[in-house]
Amino acid sequence: MSQKNRIAGGQIDRDTPLNFTFDGKSYEGHAGDTLASALLANGVRLMGRSFKYHRPRGPLTAGSEEPNALVQLRSGARQEPNTRATTTELFGGLTATSQNKLGSLSFDLLAVNDRFSNFLTAGFYYKTFMWPAAFWEKVYEPIIRRAAGLGSLSLEDDPDVYDKGFLHCDLLIIGAGPSGLMAALTAARSGADVILADEDFRMGGRLNSETYEIDAASGADWARKTVAELANMPNVRLLPRTTVIGAFDHGIYGAVERVSDHVATPASGKPRQILWRIYSQKTVLAAGAIERPIAFDNNDRPGIMTASALRSYANRFGVAVDKRTVIFTNNDDGHRSAADLHAKGVRVIVIDTRMDARKSPDYEVLVGAQVINTLGRLGLTFVTVRLADGSERTIECGALGMAGGWNPNVHLTCHQRGRPTWNNALAAFVPGALPVGMLVAGAANGDLSTAGALAGGAAAARKALGLRGRLPALPLAEDAPIKVTPFWYVEGASRAWLDQQNDVTVKDVKLSYQEGFKSVEHLKRYTTLGMATDQGKTSNVGGLAIMAELAGKDIPEVGTTIFRPPYTPVAIGAFGGRHRGQEFHPKRLTPSHGWAEEQGAVFVEVGNWMRAQWFPKPGETSWRESVDREVLATRGSVGVCDVTTLGKVDVQGQDAATFLNMIYCNGFAKLPVGKSRYGLMLREDGIAMDDGTAARLAEDHFVVTTTTANAVSVYRHMEFVRQCLAPDLDVQLISTTESWAQYAVAGPKARRVLEKIVDQDISNDAFPFMACANITVCGGLRARLFRISFSGELAFEIAVPTAYGDALIRRIMTAGEEFDITPYGTEALGVMRIEKGHATGNELNGTTTAANLGMGRMVSTKKDSIGAILSRRSGLNTADDLRAVGIKPINHDDTVPAGSHLMNTGAPVDAAHDQGYVTSACYSPNLGHHIALAFLKDGENRIGDTMRLVSPLTGVDVEVEICSAHFIDPEGERLRA
Amino acid sequence: MIIDHPLLGPRDSAEFTYMGDARLIERPSPDAEDAAAAFYEYAYLRDNPAGLHRELWFHEAGDRSWLVVTRNTVTHEIAKVELATDVARAKGRST
Amino acid sequence: MMRYSGLRVIKEALSGHKGWWPAWRNPEPAEAYDIVVVGGGGHGLATAHYLAKEFGQAKVAVIEKGWIGGGNVGRNTTIIRSNYLLDGNEPFYEMSLKLWEGLEQDLNYNAMVSQRGILNLIHSDNQRDAFIRRGNAMLLNGADADLLSIDDIKKRYPFLNTQDARFPIKAGLAQHRGGTVRHDAVAWGYARSADSRGVDIIQNCEVTGFRIENGACKGVETTRGFIGAGKVGCAVAGNSSRLMSLANIRLPIESHVLQAFVSEGLKPVLPGVITFGAGHFYCSQSDKGGLVFGGDIDGYNSYAQRGNLPVVEDVCEGAMAIFPMLGRARLLRMWGGIMDMSMDGSPIIDKTHIDGLYFNGGWCYGGFKATPASGYAFAHLLATDTPHETAKAYRFDRFETGRMIDEKGMGNQPNLH
Repeated sequence: MSQKNRIAGGQIDRDTPLNFTFDGKSYEGHAGDTLASALLANGVRLMGRSFKYHRPRGPLTAGSEEPNALVQLRSGARQEPNTRATTTELFGGLTATSQNKLGSLSFDLLAVNDRFSNFLTAGFYYKTFMWPAAFWEKVYEPIIRRAAGLGSLSLEDDPDVYDKGFLHCDLLIIGAGPSGLMAALTAARSGADVILADEDFRMGGRLNSETYEIDAASGADWARKTVAELANMPNVRLLPRTTVIGAFDHGIYGAVERVSDHVATPASGKPRQILWRIYSQKTVLAAGAIERPIAFDNNDRPGIMTASALRSYANRFGVAVDKRTVIFTNNDDGHRSAADLHAKGVRVIVIDTRMDARKSPDYEVLVGAQVINTLGRLGLTFVTVRLADGSERTIECGALGMAGGWNPNVHLTCHQRGRPTWNNALAAFVPGALPVGMLVAGAANGDLSTAGALAGGAAAARKALGLRGRLPALPLAEDAPIKVTPFWYVEGASRAWLDQQNDVTVKDVKLSYQEGFKSVEHLKRYTTLGMATDQGKTSNVGGLAIMAELAGKDIPEVGTTIFRPPYTPVAIGAFGGRHRGQEFHPKRLTPSHGWAEEQGAVFVEVGNWMRAQWFPKPGETSWRESVDREVLATRGSVGVCDVTTLGKVDVQGQDAATFLNMIYCNGFAKLPVGKSRYGLMLREDGIAMDDGTAARLAEDHFVVTTTTANAVSVYRHMEFVRQCLAPDLDVQLISTTESWAQYAVAGPKARRVLEKIVDQDISNDAFPFMACANITVCGGLRARLFRISFSGELAFEIAVPTAYGDALIRRIMTAGEEFDITPYGTEALGVMRIEKGHATGNELNGTTTAANLGMGRMVSTKKDSIGAILSRRSGLNTADDLRAVGIKPINHDDTVPAGSHLMNTGAPVDAAHDQGYVTSACYSPNLGHHIALAFLKDGENRIGDTMRLVSPLTGVDVEVEICSAHFIDPEGERLRA
Repeated sequence: MIIDHPLLGPRDSAEFTYMGDARLIERPSPDAEDAAAAFYEYAYLRDNPAGLHRELWFHEAGDRSWLVVTRNTVTHEIAKVELATDVARAKGRST
Repeated sequence: MMRYSGLRVIKEALSGHKGWWPAWRNPEPAEAYDIVVVGGGGHGLATAHYLAKEFGQAKVAVIEKGWIGGGNVGRNTTIIRSNYLLDGNEPFYEMSLKLWEGLEQDLNYNAMVSQRGILNLIHSDNQRDAFIRRGNAMLLNGADADLLSIDDIKKRYPFLNTQDARFPIKAGLAQHRGGTVRHDAVAWGYARSADSRGVDIIQNCEVTGFRIENGACKGVETTRGFIGAGKVGCAVAGNSSRLMSLANIRLPIESHVLQAFVSEGLKPVLPGVITFGAGHFYCSQSDKGGLVFGGDIDGYNSYAQRGNLPVVEDVCEGAMAIFPMLGRARLLRMWGGIMDMSMDGSPIIDKTHIDGLYFNGGWCYGGFKATPASGYAFAHLLATDTPHETAKAYRFDRFETGRMIDEKGMGNQPNLH
């Protein structure tokens, strides 16, 4: 295999060759290569296609700001679209394919778009595709959509895992170049807890790409030694391959560590990536600077890149992109690239826009010249240069480096909407208002020399940590200014690219201005400048400069766009962490979950709880069969249901009754000890919030139950009332939902079952309906017993400490054996409560009042309670208000499904004639037909009416009779038995 | 965000549940003649300032204290954190 | 107005694009207008368009503190739909959807209205009951709705997690006429149309006060001087409280941040808009290929136009829960918009107690889809002093009288809507 462009030097491991493939073709690179450097070493410059015109593209950069060299990395379920070849660490067996093409990369049929580019200018789509009207969705848009996007997802589930973690530090340093390393060293030597994060797999930043010396050693060696020193300090955590993606409030930073992206597949037990939330006292941003290109006609061909990228490939990776190279510069730094390349044996010609550019004995310098065009279908072959005297010269070359000046990497300084400010000397934006706790150092702060970066890093760390005393001597390093003369684009007849990925050219910016899109925000949105996967890191400032020129203003007057997180795109899986599949949310299991599993229960998600929905028996073929059996068995003899999930709040204190009087709309002050009462809670806006029971176990002790769904919010509300509205009531609350396992034992034989378990007398006289007590069971275990009934049967709810829940259910089952006790699930529970006309969440849906529920009279007028005042508003008390009613089908074979709407017979079926809706429905095995609960306008006066029940969505249209919501035992004889 | 809990020290705001304007502490008297109007304003109208805002946070995944946090709604900087019971007492909500 | 068409694009392409004019003028403010609309966002610009086009109002200005379209119309997830439950809402949003359907022809501007459908996933029986009620309400109001089985859903989204879901998908409620629109183009299209009908669009002109004399609003004080007005209509959702406080009006509104996200461009995978019913995640794919997604608001009062990590994680957890194939897609950009979160989750389009001062706001995170109807109804109110038929429930006094329009049933706590 030939690495024809590989040259001597660099920081690759030549002893470790790595094989990889690109578009099916095999190549060899080395450990320490990126995919881009390895491909360039093999003479491959063409790596991708642009978004709109499908122009052939190679890398523009050697870093994460790359807009062009995007590939699909890996294959199968691990395929990663839009992966930057310039940051992809090479590993053995790497496979990559090119993307966004029809045909092959070198012969992309969609490149036809490029021929029509004159029609596809900025915003052209807003002006066309409108005729005929129907064609947009049927013809035009499908064509556009087919061409949309860059790379492809595999559509297979991501097989890797992602972790999340939390880190804390005194000082977070972002970027491990000269300023970041110096800041880390300064901080670490002072004893501070330091985290140093860098996106690269090799710390050192630009030092790895440069030939500068620090303390008479190479910069890269100094970096290596410094990193080694830091690595040995216990107060330092080094995070290579870690991108700090965002600066969030109060010193919280997000960072993504690519733990396994540099290997073929993650090692067993290792995540692919970790999302770190870093809590820092202070932060030094030392993110360096990004060299910007210059716009000129056809400046997008493979082989054309930033000069510093050519320098990186040569110095760090040992790759000469081409032996004949041109540098196009407006500053002295371009000459540094030229000198470095020359030293590597590359023939260099420098085209310097400045008339006072310095000459070099080593390479030719064309002073006051500009590159005006390039040639080469799939890669650069020639550049045309206009010389100072106006004549043109054509130069054969395979690489062109653009040195347009450096933009401090201000990205993270903008995350809290700080705006960068313009620095005329640098012709660049520098950090403006910073997030609290952030300091900026080095090139990111506009200190573009190595000495400046080292000094800035040390100073920032000292300032951040409040270090005093004499400044230690800094390492010696170069301190040369780059002397930039702003130069943004070459006027030309063809197209000069600003945003290479989105194909935004100088012409597009000019057209946008011509059409009145003159603000930066309009420009960006109209042309899509800076909206590509690189977020305009190499293009935004150029676009601004052109707008400024058109407007006759200075760049800062035109404004700037600010950057938003993340710094570079982040895998959605990393933000998701382990929260997927069954682990999406935690599962809450009741103490007798295992017992229910043994019974073969089918479980259902109720919030985060898993509840038994029904208990199928052998031979039962449908859920209805099981549920009907459970209902009939309970009403016929006895059933047991796990109601542990209901919210439970212990309310204690001298003022407990006063407190309950406040939170319930009905009265509790006079509830005797040993009794329970149904309570309805209103929100302050007068709407029903939740219902349940409050049991008075002692003068100063109540147990409040809430619905399963509202357990958390009701407790929060109660604490609000206690702490914020009545801070000096003698009352304390604690949520005991998870402290007690609770079971409903219901049915005519319920007492007979519990008598065997409960140590006290629970006869009807001793323990009548609504009684409650602290009791013991099984000879001394403390328990609570409530004679409350949701099913409408003689029923008890018995609670024991959670640890005994499993034992209790087994004991109940044994005790009930002689009565054929039947475990029932949430479905049977639902059927029985509908038969009894009890409301649940379907009825307490956040819009219903006590009056709607038929409990209007419960809202006491004799006392203050939350929601009482606003419940009296006129709009909540109109004459034809919704009232809870029962529904029976006229034809007993019909269903009356929930979600159906009620209409008057003979009236049109439309919203204007809507009379109400069904909230809950079921088949009643006791009545032998379907029944439902509904809210009906003026419902209490329409009992006995025949109405039409419609569900056009599901094709239901049946006649129903309006009836009382109490289908079973309306007089309540059973539950008092 | 980080809320400096007066009892527990700095805690991540993700441990808290937000409710809104701390004026919700100042529940009107139900016995006043204009109680209906007062409750309407109490329940529904908000200053909603761009700047310092006193607001209620509940330490749901913590000690279940309601806190009054004074926070700038433009910058998210937190100026002050108090226990809501202290604020409520200061507002004369003691019985 | 220069008519836009495919032919025109071709002609200009062949003649160097010299003929394109600015899409709208940049006029100096006049001394006075019949109607001043405060807020150059989608709603304000739509109001101006309909005032000029449908209500014959000639002397209208839209004043905007920054650049038009820079607020929520430029930072949303571009979804249109009319899948509402309550009669106070559904006819309004259905009118909006119908206006969207004719928008390109109405404006001669291609805002890329793309009716690829919206699908709400259903994960429990109770949720199914609620969605059936909603779907029926939609049908009874003349909108479209379709209950999809899990098999129907799998055909459209074969990569949905139906194997290993913590909250299994049971069904879905679809509105096939829902979809997405190129959001910026909405602002620009309305602006261009309004401008061509004589409306002055005045950018970089911030209102600093209302001139109120004898209980009547006579105009607005601005950073560019006083501008007289017969009527002033405010449509600055997100900043409603700030603006109306200048007239000493307190609103039933809190400002909250809603984050939204876009992925890198990907070849088409999602056929329409999909919402997760057991977590906070909804998603569609733009014509450029980016997945546009979001979830819940951050939950605290904020004017910062940016949010925090917990919500980012929450949204992506939702994404991974239903689409485990998205793990290797990359989130490209996140941003935050300021939402006018109202006390019942529904908007207000009404007169204030000050004569000549009108208000449009409280859109929560649903303002984008409402843009055409909001503009139409606000124009109707401004021009005729009577509420539009579909917006008559959006009154200020509904909170005082107890006639809330509370789709979610969360009550007077804005961050829960």
